[in-house]
Amino acid sequence: MLSVRHLIDTPSLTADDITQILDTAKSFDPIVNGRTIKKVPALRGRTIVNLFLEPSTRTLKSFELAEKRLSADSISMGGATSSVVKGESLADTIQTIDAMKVDMFVVRARLAGTPQKITENTDAIVINGGDGKHQHPTQAMLDLYTIREHFGHLDGLKVAIVGDLAHSRVCGSLAPALKTMGADVTLVAPPTFQVGDPAWFGCTQTNHLDDVIEDMDVVYMLRVQLERMEGAAIPSRREYNRLYGLSLEREARMKPNAIICHPGPMNRGMEIDAEVADCARSRILDQVNAGVLTRMAEMYLLLGGEE
Amino acid sequence: MAYLIKGAHVVDPQVGLDDVRDVLVEDKSIVEVAECIDAPDAEVIDGAGKYLVPGLVDMHVHFRDPGFEYKETIASGSRAAAHGGFTDVATMPNTDPVTDTGAEIRYQIDTARRAGLVHVRPMGALTRGEKGESLAEIGDMVMEGASAFSDDGHGVQSAGMMKTCMAYVSQFDRVVCAHCEVESLSKNGVINSGNAATRLGMFGWPPLGEELEIWRDIELCRSTGCALHICHISTAKGLEMVRAAKAEGLPVTCEVTPHHLFLCDEDIDDTYNTNLKMNPPLRKRSDMEALVEGILDGSIDCLVTDHAPHAAHEKDCEWEIAFFGTIGLETSLPLMLTNLVSTGKMSWNRLVEVMAINPRNLLRCKPVKIEAGSQADLTLIDPKREIDVTKEYFVGKSKNSAFLGSHLTGVATDVLMAGKRTLTDGVVA
Repeated sequence: MLSVRHLIDTPSLTADDITQILDTAKSFDPIVNGRTIKKVPALRGRTIVNLFLEPSTRTLKSFELAEKRLSADSISMGGATSSVVKGESLADTIQTIDAMKVDMFVVRARLAGTPQKITENTDAIVINGGDGKHQHPTQAMLDLYTIREHFGHLDGLKVAIVGDLAHSRVCGSLAPALKTMGADVTLVAPPTFQVGDPAWFGCTQTNHLDDVIEDMDVVYMLRVQLERMEGAAIPSRREYNRLYGLSLEREARMKPNAIICHPGPMNRGMEIDAEVADCARSRILDQVNAGVLTRMAEMYLLLGGEE
Repeated sequence: MAYLIKGAHVVDPQVGLDDVRDVLVEDKSIVEVAECIDAPDAEVIDGAGKYLVPGLVDMHVHFRDPGFEYKETIASGSRAAAHGGFTDVATMPNTDPVTDTGAEIRYQIDTARRAGLVHVRPMGALTRGEKGESLAEIGDMVMEGASAFSDDGHGVQSAGMMKTCMAYVSQFDRVVCAHCEVESLSKNGVINSGNAATRLGMFGWPPLGEELEIWRDIELCRSTGCALHICHISTAKGLEMVRAAKAEGLPVTCEVTPHHLFLCDEDIDDTYNTNLKMNPPLRKRSDMEALVEGILDGSIDCLVTDHAPHAAHEKDCEWEIAFFGTIGLETSLPLMLTNLVSTGKMSWNRLVEVMAINPRNLLRCKPVKIEAGSQADLTLIDPKREIDVTKEYFVGKSKNSAFLGSHLTGVATDVLMAGKRTLTDGVVA
């Protein structure tokens, strides 16, 4: 049993919660990655609504596959098909769906705090699939799973998170989760992309990737969110690539056993060069695979506790 | 109609009074203040155990009328003001249409007179439509009764335009009230920058966005000689600049709200309580503490509420799209009494300065003194009466209070506005 009823953010999770999620995900590995019939009856008869108020491909498909593999009944609705675009309030949308009796909402939203607001309008369990610039806890869990698979542990690892930290819910959830598990986190970004209060994450901070890359066990490259750049925080893609991009030259300076992660979708040639994205250190597709396993684990643990 | 307020502790530093007195009011005026008055024809208001002060003034409220009557009207806002113990309020001009002509000023004054619960002292816009582009008809508005001028809701972004505004206003003996916000710095900001913005994942509205414009406007005050009043100051550094300007002898004053005195960004947690979304935002604890120091030591001239009513659906939504502001008229005095006066940090004399004398002077209204001949604008306060701040407590139209759930001690029980009883034992007339 997890210590939380909903999965809204990672600072609420204990080390024991995170370990349970990762261990449970590991138990699904032979089913998803080893069998022809990739399905268990764990959530048969349970109803899950994927409410995606912001466009998403990989997170939505990952949840949908995780739901199918747990035998849950699920429907997906997006901003374009929901009443939200017709001016209905969030509370009304949630109460309407809630009246049809569902067990869980998975929500992706443009606005921070939306999952929390949803918990106030339903008895169903809520999983945050990413809310604005706030949190993306299921991304953090799949990242931790991927890193733990490679190193066998998380404590003591040195992790650099590089990129558009100010606009990043991935950073906002990954950094605290890594700290909870005993890893060391360094935030690397131009000053115009740094978070407002790095001390809140308990992280060190630098503007110079070249100063830290040789010490890192994990280099986690964030997508530079071109669609979110309001005002020019960097002069050009070219300059960003030159200063902060993970090039083959930088990759060559990494520790022998170090790995590269990226939450996707990548801007090849901007934050990560194409050859590096496909190199032996890259765990980018392992992350995608872990996404289904960890999301299965989260839904199973949150719904399995209630009968 | 005559009222005899008996045995109240009268506080009015303007006449050096801080003692138990009887006060006799006839028609619109105070006719006698003495230790014991006998007036058989007057209705007696028992003041025993209570404090009687010059009528409270809130020089920064939004009554949303005309244009947004679903949030508040002049009539409903007047009820909230009387309930909170006020005899005077200054309404901000960000109505629809914007209050930028004499006719709009006249409309508010006339409508308030019909409501008959509080003196409404409308402020006019500095620029047409509060667009920051061209001068509004400031002289016309002065002649119709405008109390001061402000583009509240926005800073005037162009320094040149602000200089023109202040120079023009300087001919009228009116104060320019500056909402200080450099929009290129506050853009998209919905919460204090730093920890709160990072923790909750939203764009920050940095102190610098406010402080830079306070600095600019103080320099424009020096250059034009126009009296400058800084609206809803929220940062320690901004207050330091005001202190320095005052020390130089410049005509600079400022105001603070109860929410910036008694709340800070740490109070915003992951429940995203949108009643705590303000402009300017709740700042750091150290800012809050500096503001309390400032209102105690005289650096801050007055307490205002920035009473900002919003309909339920405008607050019951995601933080980033929720409207800015909290209502304040009905909790302002109880918060000051509970947090500052009853704890001994603030004297009753100082309370009267910041909630009655100073704002009345800044609005260029005739002083109200507790002496014979003065207009009978009076507030009677029970410092022991307790209130629970629930939605039911509020008589105004909107309920979006940052202080819902609070338990406060000390509240106005009776108000006379120009000799008319607008509040009777806590109930609005």
